[in-house]
Amino acid sequence: MDYRFHWNVVFQNMPELLSGAFVTLHVSVLAMLLGIVIAILLAIAKMNNTKFFCHVATVWVEIARNTPALFQIYMAYFGLGALGIHLSPYAAVLSALVFINAGYLAETFRGGFQSIPSTQYSASKSLGMTSFQSYWHIILPQMLRRIYHPMTNQLVWSILMSSLGILVGMSELSGTTQRLQSLSFRTLEFFIVAAVMYYILTKLVLFGSSLLSRRLFRGEI
Amino acid sequence: MGSLFTPLSWSDSGLILTGVWNTIIISVLAIVVGTALGLIVGFIRSESNKVVNVLFGSLLDVLRSVPLIIQLILFSTLMGAMGSPLAPFVAGSIVLSLYTMAFMSEVFRGGFESVSPSMQTAARSLGMSNWQTIYHIRLPISLRAVFPSWLGVSLSVIKDSALVSVIGYMELLRTSEQLISRTQQPLEILIGVGIFYFIISYPLSYYGRYVERKMAI
Repeated sequence: MDYRFHWNVVFQNMPELLSGAFVTLHVSVLAMLLGIVIAILLAIAKMNNTKFFCHVATVWVEIARNTPALFQIYMAYFGLGALGIHLSPYAAVLSALVFINAGYLAETFRGGFQSIPSTQYSASKSLGMTSFQSYWHIILPQMLRRIYHPMTNQLVWSILMSSLGILVGMSELSGTTQRLQSLSFRTLEFFIVAAVMYYILTKLVLFGSSLLSRRLFRGEI
Repeated sequence: MGSLFTPLSWSDSGLILTGVWNTIIISVLAIVVGTALGLIVGFIRSESNKVVNVLFGSLLDVLRSVPLIIQLILFSTLMGAMGSPLAPFVAGSIVLSLYTMAFMSEVFRGGFESVSPSMQTAARSLGMSNWQTIYHIRLPISLRAVFPSWLGVSLSVIKDSALVSVIGYMELLRTSEQLISRTQQPLEILIGVGIFYFIISYPLSYYGRYVERKMAI
């Protein structure tokens, strides 16, 4: 192999790569938070008796689960552009990730909710709790335990998929890497460093999540 | 003076069909190779001792914690830098197969570990050889147990195959991207692409849920 690695240019650009990594983290966490809010609404709509809301939620969930993430991003960037709604690359990636996260998490939440036996609710009512109290103190804590791991996985997935921002010119970790390598032609070095940074990022998220779970659930999961 | 952009016409269907075909080919290839390798790696991991397991596991973990798009770019530039550039199809199928393997091995390992050791002891006590135990007892039971997860991973591979477009493979999304730049009709084309993926993916995911529900009871 007669390829010489030149790492200097990568280290000179480290601040920019790090700020790219920050944007990656930023967009995925934001997509996760917004996704959770919409997913709760979708899960409620799917369990609702009103046919209309139930259908809307089902269509959303099925489209999000059965089409590629890259398709969603193109749809948000080029598709909406054709309709006269011009999103910035950041907004396009964010809205695509929110759309998909909401679709996946809605099913997670619904499954988690339905896995709690309804007798738990009756029991807490019979102990004199109000409806709100029984959801808040009895149903939700049990539910959170069951959906915690799927939610962590979804966040990791968001981080990995935000790398698709490279294709619409977003300046997150991959996009920044792409731009820097095209300036210096050190493609291999830059992408190796980006890969390492993604690896560290996902490990940090998993580590943080397990710390948080220990604090939240005190080891009972 | 003629317009720079020409609208979508029936003569484009050949290009679109090529894209569809290429998407199907690379997905099926990655699923078949990934499943075969994943089965072997999953079996080895469920059998081997802790040291081998951790080593193998952390290697596979890298494949799962680095975005596919980075892996694709990295692999194809690496091969180029080493002086043996690969065709997009070859590089894409290698990376996608290994990526699939990383997920499949985890699925199969779980399957093998779900077969209780007493079942193996029972099989051995009936005079079956080690190989017979694997072939007649452990494999059928674990394969049945992991079928829904296998289907889930396969579905995500079909969707992830869209990413191979970044290294220049003409799959469906890339052909549509080229059509978009010629026709300037992104909405129509993208909706068509979305419908294609949905038609492939939805029946399979529906079937997967059906099987899961049936097995749960």
